[in-house]
Amino acid sequence: MSNRRPYVRSMDGWWKRDAYFIRYMAREVTALFVAAYAVVLLVGVLRLSQGQAAFEGWLQALKSPLSLVFHLILLATFVYHTWSWFNIMPKTMPIMFVGGKRVQPGTITGTGLAASVVACLAVFFIVRGMN
Amino acid sequence: MKRSNEPIFWSLFGAGGMLAALIGPALVFITGIAVPFGLILAPDTMSYAHMLAFSQHWAGKCILLAVIALFLWHAAHRIAILLHDFGIHAVAIVKIFCYGSAFLGTVVTAYILLTIRA
Repeated sequence: MSNRRPYVRSMDGWWKRDAYFIRYMAREVTALFVAAYAVVLLVGVLRLSQGQAAFEGWLQALKSPLSLVFHLILLATFVYHTWSWFNIMPKTMPIMFVGGKRVQPGTITGTGLAASVVACLAVFFIVRGMN
Repeated sequence: MKRSNEPIFWSLFGAGGMLAALIGPALVFITGIAVPFGLILAPDTMSYAHMLAFSQHWAGKCILLAVIALFLWHAAHRIAILLHDFGIHAVAIVKIFCYGSAFLGTVVTAYILLTIRA
């Protein structure tokens, strides 16, 4: 055994070293909030299957101030998810050509964001129209 | 050569990420803010009667399952990578935990939806 102790650079807090990594981390961490929202909905579906009293308890829980704060945080992270999702899309999707010209990254991001504004408004008005 | 199972998980991740990016903000606003606090939408939008009817219809079941399951698969994939980023390199355990949770969530949701009958 040698007594050599080679220097190993610590990886602790590696993602704080660079603005690019911080953005990467912010984008990836939204997953925790997406999972949390899925669980909220899953509990809602479960309570729905257990009858009216159970479901109304779930609805009542949504009216608490804590739930409001939680959902405001969720909303902010979902909006960030949308923004970051289409921001990296030029890198995650195959290169696309239209009329022999490569589609520019800004066009892909812009189209995605526009699509999501349209989709969100559509969902909102469909839900409003159902009642 | 053994085929990689990565495309399956990546497809689910991508589908969930796309669905969340397209309609996620609207869903959170509707279910968590607008309906509970009576903003813009009618307070009875998510009443028991309305949601029961929604979940009894096959299209409603499909929408609920798609949103819950794909959001879970999307998150599972990213959380698996996040754990690696924070120095947890037990790949098999991480994958079983993350994808296993998403799988469980999917099966449970599907089962619950099937028990809701007209």
